[in-house]
Amino acid sequence: MPGYSDATIWLVILALGIGTYLIRWSFLGAVGDRPVPDWAQRVLRYTAVSVLPALIAPLVMWPAATGGQPDPVRLYSAAATLAVGLLTRSTLPAILAGGTVLGLGTWLA
Amino acid sequence: MTQLSRPVPLASGAESPSVARSFRTGFLQALPFLLVLVPFALLFGVVATAAGLDLAQTMGFSVLVLAGASQFSAVQLLSDHAPVLVVLASSLAINLRMAMYSASLTPWLGRAPAWQRALIAYVLIDQTYGMAIQRFERQPRLTIPERVAYLAGATPVLCLPWMLFTYVGATAGQMIPAAWPLDFAVPITFLAMTAPMMRTLPHVAAALVAVLSALALSGLPSGTGVLIAGPLGMAAGAVAEAWQSRRRIQRSG
Repeated sequence: MPGYSDATIWLVILALGIGTYLIRWSFLGAVGDRPVPDWAQRVLRYTAVSVLPALIAPLVMWPAATGGQPDPVRLYSAAATLAVGLLTRSTLPAILAGGTVLGLGTWLA
Repeated sequence: MTQLSRPVPLASGAESPSVARSFRTGFLQALPFLLVLVPFALLFGVVATAAGLDLAQTMGFSVLVLAGASQFSAVQLLSDHAPVLVVLASSLAINLRMAMYSASLTPWLGRAPAWQRALIAYVLIDQTYGMAIQRFERQPRLTIPERVAYLAGATPVLCLPWMLFTYVGATAGQMIPAAWPLDFAVPITFLAMTAPMMRTLPHVAAALVAVLSALALSGLPSGTGVLIAGPLGMAAGAVAEAWQSRRRIQRSG
C-alpha cells in the first residue's frame, strides 16, 4: 500500500480489530444487564446510516479516477444502485444493478 | 441413498438433545445468508488487493476485524492517504451500531459464562445479531445453553466463509485487468447497504444531512469531512426521531 509502511497498516488492522471487539463486548461483557439510556440508543441507531453515505458522497460526485470531474457512468451506476436498493430493500440486487451499469458504461465508453 | 439424506449426528456428548437441536437450527437458518456474504467477501478481497494490501494484511482485516463495512471504509480511506487517526475514527464509528447489538442481546445472554459472552462478542456481526434477536424474542422460553448453542451453530456458517472468500478474492483479484473501474466498488457497496436502511423518516433525514454536509466539507483534508458530516447526520436522525415521537404523543393524547 503506497504512502504507509507495513507497520502502519498492521497498526490500523490491530487497532480497528481491538476497538471493534471492545464495542461488541461492551454491554455483553462489561456493562451487564443494565438498560441503555434513550439518547444513546437514538444516536447509535443512526451511526451506520450517516457515516456510510457521508464517506462515499464525494467519491460519487468527484471520483479521483476521472481527475475529480463528475463522470456520467459513475453517476448512473450510483443512481441504479440506490434505486434498486430502495425498491427491493435488499443489498445484493442493488450491488448487481450498480455493477452492471458501471460495467456496461465503461465498456461502451 | 437414504443414508445420505439423514441428518448428520452432532458431537453433543452429554448435552441435552434440545441443545443439539438449537445448534442445528442455527446452522440451517444461517445458510441463506451465504448468498450475500460470499460475494461481499470476494469483493473485499479484490478491493483490498487492488488498493495495494498484501495477502496477509487483507486476511488480517477479515480475521481480526470481521466487520465488512468498516473493512471497506478503512481500505478506502487508506487509498485516499487519510491520516491513521482519521481512518480509525471513521471505521470505528461505522461499528458503533454493534454496541447497540451488544446491549440488546445482554438481557438474553447476560447470565451465560463470561468466556462464552467473550466469544459471542467476537462473532457479533449484523447477520448473527439479526438471527439471534429474532429467535430469542420469538422463543423466549429457550434456556441460556440453547441460546448459546443456536449462535454456535450459526457462527461457523457466517464467519468462516467471510474469511475463506476474502482469501479467494485476494488471490483471484490479482488476475483482474487494470482497466476495470474497481475504484467504484466501495461506493456501490455502501449505497447498496444504505438504501435498504431508509425505513423511516429519521433514517432518511440522517442520511440526507450526512451526504449534504460531506459534499459541502469535501475541501477538507481527505477523510476528515466524514468526521463532521457523520455526527451531523446522527444528530439529524436523533432530532427527527424525537420530533416524530412528540408528534405521535400529541396526536394520541
